[in-house]
Amino acid sequence: MADTSAASPLGDAGDPVAGDVLRVRDLAVDLGGARILHDVSLDVRSGEVVAVLGTNGSGKSTLMRALVRAVPVAAGQAEILGHPLGGRVPWHRIGYVPQRVSLAGGVPATAREIVASGLLGPRRLRRPRDWRDRVDQALADVGLPGVGDHAVTELSGGQQQRVLIARALVRRPDLVLLDEPLAGVDLPSQVAFADTLRALVASGVTLVVVLHELGPLADMITRTVVLRHGRVVHDGPPLAPAHGHDDPAHEHLHAHEDAVERGPVSLGPEPFCAEI
Amino acid sequence: MWNEIVDMLSTPLMQRGLLAALMVGAVAPVMGTYLVQRKLSLLGDGIGHVALTGVALGWLVGSVMGLVPQDALAIPGAVIAAVIGAVTIEVVRERGRTSGDVALALLFYGGIAGGVLIIELAGGQSSNLMAYLFGSISVVTTADLVVTAALAAVVLALGLGLRTALFAVSQDEEFARASGLPVRVLNIAIAVMAALTVTVAMRVVGLLLVSALMIVPVAIAQLTTSSFVRTMRVAMVLGIVICVVGLSATYWFAASPGAVIVVLAIAVYALVSLAAPVVRRRRSPARDPHPDLPSDVVLEER
Repeated sequence: MADTSAASPLGDAGDPVAGDVLRVRDLAVDLGGARILHDVSLDVRSGEVVAVLGTNGSGKSTLMRALVRAVPVAAGQAEILGHPLGGRVPWHRIGYVPQRVSLAGGVPATAREIVASGLLGPRRLRRPRDWRDRVDQALADVGLPGVGDHAVTELSGGQQQRVLIARALVRRPDLVLLDEPLAGVDLPSQVAFADTLRALVASGVTLVVVLHELGPLADMITRTVVLRHGRVVHDGPPLAPAHGHDDPAHEHLHAHEDAVERGPVSLGPEPFCAEI
Repeated sequence: MWNEIVDMLSTPLMQRGLLAALMVGAVAPVMGTYLVQRKLSLLGDGIGHVALTGVALGWLVGSVMGLVPQDALAIPGAVIAAVIGAVTIEVVRERGRTSGDVALALLFYGGIAGGVLIIELAGGQSSNLMAYLFGSISVVTTADLVVTAALAAVVLALGLGLRTALFAVSQDEEFARASGLPVRVLNIAIAVMAALTVTVAMRVVGLLLVSALMIVPVAIAQLTTSSFVRTMRVAMVLGIVICVVGLSATYWFAASPGAVIVVLAIAVYALVSLAAPVVRRRRSPARDPHPDLPSDVVLEER
């Protein structure tokens, strides 16, 4: 309700974040009468790059959506940047990249207009004066210089995905939540996107990334959390990719016998090839 | 010809009507752009039907209080009913997305039926509602004009001033919430502004055709543009021109202004939709939209 009240005792964007950026305790989420997440606990410290893995239906996206208040929390707590979920969280320091939805609304919109909406925040209902430069810079940062005037519907799926990433980055966030940013993005774009994220991490930004496969992001992940049926079944060092999966050009289109026999997520030394 | 136009412009009735048409033509497409963006094109219709109940309620209260004319409270009644109806639709939409459609349908039927029932209770006949259903520029008084101007100013100031935020919440509500925008306040603001627009336009085109004035100029504009802001600007210009031309035509032809305006708008839509592909092809011939994308498939040459 009182989304407009947001005074962060931690200071404004740009300040280093002390301690935990994200604290989740015994979080539960119900959707349509079914419990999607059970007792999820998770801490993310400043500067970490956490990959959240799991099959379809394991609750990865629901976790992200609960963190940005897109779905209600049934039980447990979540704190972002030191504040419990709600109006006091400094939302202007958080960048969210939703799982790709159709960018086509009923009315045409340019890439610049979509990205400019990322400049708004709890106490900012109008674009800042330098919005155009910042938006064009954000588009250039994700490898899309000069598309500002294009209607988003003219862009390819991968380009639309990068527009969504630019929209999250234009606000210069300290914490970025990405929900399957690589889905449907071709390999050259994935590599370009990984470079963008690497630069962000180097500047101290914390990332939580929902992924099906690590792809070109593998070398920057500092921790892996695996969800299965809505519970955390692994939280620790990055899982070693199976033989062949460390090659960014690896094709994930063939059947994995291991994965089929053991269920979609395999832990330990086995591949965690979540999707076939 | 010129003299006739001067004659028309010197008629006080037409002066008031044209001023109202000018304001309605500018305001309706602004809210229409947000409604089309939200894929709620029919919201204006739902609000219009509810506003009819408000008109009848105003009439009932007016006749109970012995006011002259009986319908002195019709517009305040319409404003109140439209705002309540619009906020109800918004709340229902927010609670459970699937039932928004059904809620809209219930408002359609309930609004008309309630209006007819209440006007008969007030000792009137359903024909008394015709002026509100189809618009009647002859009932526009100077006082109406002042109310219309005030409502139009509020909608224009908020609709244009908060454009980026209203766009953000209409385009991707989940992201807007994650950004910390006051999503519920903005959604209700859009619903209330749409309700005010309906009541502003009621006198000119009538409640049954209000929604056309909000939606058709936007439909025309988006055939020719690729940006949200330009769609809104072009729709405003089209709305003003179509309203003023359509109303002026009724000075020479005895016809209902609302019907003339809407038929004119749809005719323009038909023309533009026929012409747009031709113009676009001449301007930029079909080309590869992504010429610089490297291919990710290696084709072996044999």
